[in-house]
Amino acid sequence: MIKLFPRYLVSFILLVFLQVFILNNIQFSGYINPYIYVLLILALPFETPKWLLLITAFTLGLTIDLFSGTAGMHSSATVFMAFLRPYILKVISPRDGYESETLPQLRYYGANWFLRYAVILILAHHLFLFFIEVLRFSDFFATFARVILSSIFTIILVLISQYFYRKDTRR
Amino acid sequence: MRSLINFLLRIHFLLLFIFIEVFSIYLLINNNNFHKARFVNLTRQVTGNFYTKTTKLKQYLSLAEENHRLAEENNRLLNIIESTYKSDEIFFRSVNDTIFNQRYMYTSARIINNSINKKHNFLTLNKGNQQGLRPEMAVVSDGSIVGIVKGVSKNYATVISLLNLDLRISSKVKKNGYFGSLNWDGKGYQTAILNEIPLHADIQVGDTIITSGFSSIFPEGILIGFISDFEEKKGSFYEIEVKLSTDFKSLGNVNVIGNLLQIEKLELENQAVKND
Repeated sequence: MIKLFPRYLVSFILLVFLQVFILNNIQFSGYINPYIYVLLILALPFETPKWLLLITAFTLGLTIDLFSGTAGMHSSATVFMAFLRPYILKVISPRDGYESETLPQLRYYGANWFLRYAVILILAHHLFLFFIEVLRFSDFFATFARVILSSIFTIILVLISQYFYRKDTRR
Repeated sequence: MRSLINFLLRIHFLLLFIFIEVFSIYLLINNNNFHKARFVNLTRQVTGNFYTKTTKLKQYLSLAEENHRLAEENNRLLNIIESTYKSDEIFFRSVNDTIFNQRYMYTSARIINNSINKKHNFLTLNKGNQQGLRPEMAVVSDGSIVGIVKGVSKNYATVISLLNLDLRISSKVKKNGYFGSLNWDGKGYQTAILNEIPLHADIQVGDTIITSGFSSIFPEGILIGFISDFEEKKGSFYEIEVKLSTDFKSLGNVNVIGNLLQIEKLELENQAVKND
C-alpha cells in the first residue's frame, strides 16, 4: 500500500500539469472541456481508506482550482465523485469481488467493467462541475450538452491512459 | 457514549464528505463574484415570495399609522409651500420705462382675501412692509388693473379694489388718447363707468381703455377693459360702460408696481401749486 504512494504522487503532479497547462487551454467552441485529472481518483487502489479518498480528492480539486482561479468549484465536484466511488464499486463489483493486489484498471477487470466504472464516475463529476459552474437549471440542455461532450472526451483520454498503464507494467 | 462513537465511526465517510463539500462550496461562494451573486439570487428567489407575502400583510396592518404619517407629511409640505411663497421674490426687480423715463418696480404677491359683493371691496395680499410694499402702489394682474395698495402691515397689505365706489382711476381711450375718470358704479363686478370723455371724441364699442399714467400710481398703458356701451349724458360728456378685463372673481397672483419717482413727482407738483 505505502509503496504505491510515490507512484500516485508522480501521477498527481503529472495529471495536474497536463490538466492546467494543456487541457485547460483547449476549448472547442466552448462545449468541450475535458478534465483528465479525475483519472487519479479512478486509479486509486481498492483498499484506499475512505477518508483518504476524500482528502485526496479535495487536495486534487483544490490544486486545479488554484491554477484556474475558481476556488471550490473543482474541489467540490471531485469530492462528490470520490464520495460516490465506493458505492459505484460495490454496485458494479464482479461476482467474486475484487481480488487483492489489483487496481481498478482496464487490464484487471476488462473493458466492459472499466467503461461502466469510468463512465458513471466521470459523468457524475462533470454533471456536478458544470452545473455548479453555471449554478442554474434554466439552460439545462445547453449545460447538459457540455456535460456529455466533455465527458466523452474525458473518457477517451482516460481509456488512452489505460493503455499507457498496460505498457508500463509489461516492461 | 460508546455507541455514539461507533455510530460516528460508521458514518465518518458521509460526515467527512459533507464537511469537505460544505467547505468547498463555502470557498466557491466566497471567492467568486459570479457565484456569490448567483447564490444570493437563488436564496432571494426562495425567500422573496415569503417576504413579499409577509410584507403585504404588515403593510395592511399598519395602514392607519401610514395614513397618519401621510397626513403629517402633507401638513409639512403645505407649510413649506406657504413659507416659500412668503420668501419668494421679496425684492423688487427693476424695469426701465424708456418712453417716460420713469422707473417702475414690480413684485409678485398672492391674494389671500378678496371680495366682490360689497360696495367698498378690499383685497388682502400676503406681502407687506417687510417685503417692500408701501401704500399708493399699483396692483395689476396679468397686465390688467386690480387696485391700489392702501395700507401695509409687517407681512400683509390691503388693497383698494377697483370694485370700490371710492376709487377713481385716471384712464384714457387707447386709440385717440382722450382721458377721463373711471370708477365703479357698484352694479356688477364685470363693469365700471368711464366719465368725462368729451362728446367730440370718436369712440366705438370694443375700444380699449387703459390707464393714462397721469396719476403717480399707475404706469401708462395698464389695461382696464373694453367699451361695451356708451351714451350721451346731460352736458358735454359721454358716460361709457367699460367691461373690465380683470376677472375679480378668479384673482390669484398679482404684481405690485412701485413708482420710484413718485415722491419726486408729487413734490414738484405740490411746489407748482404753492407757487401759483
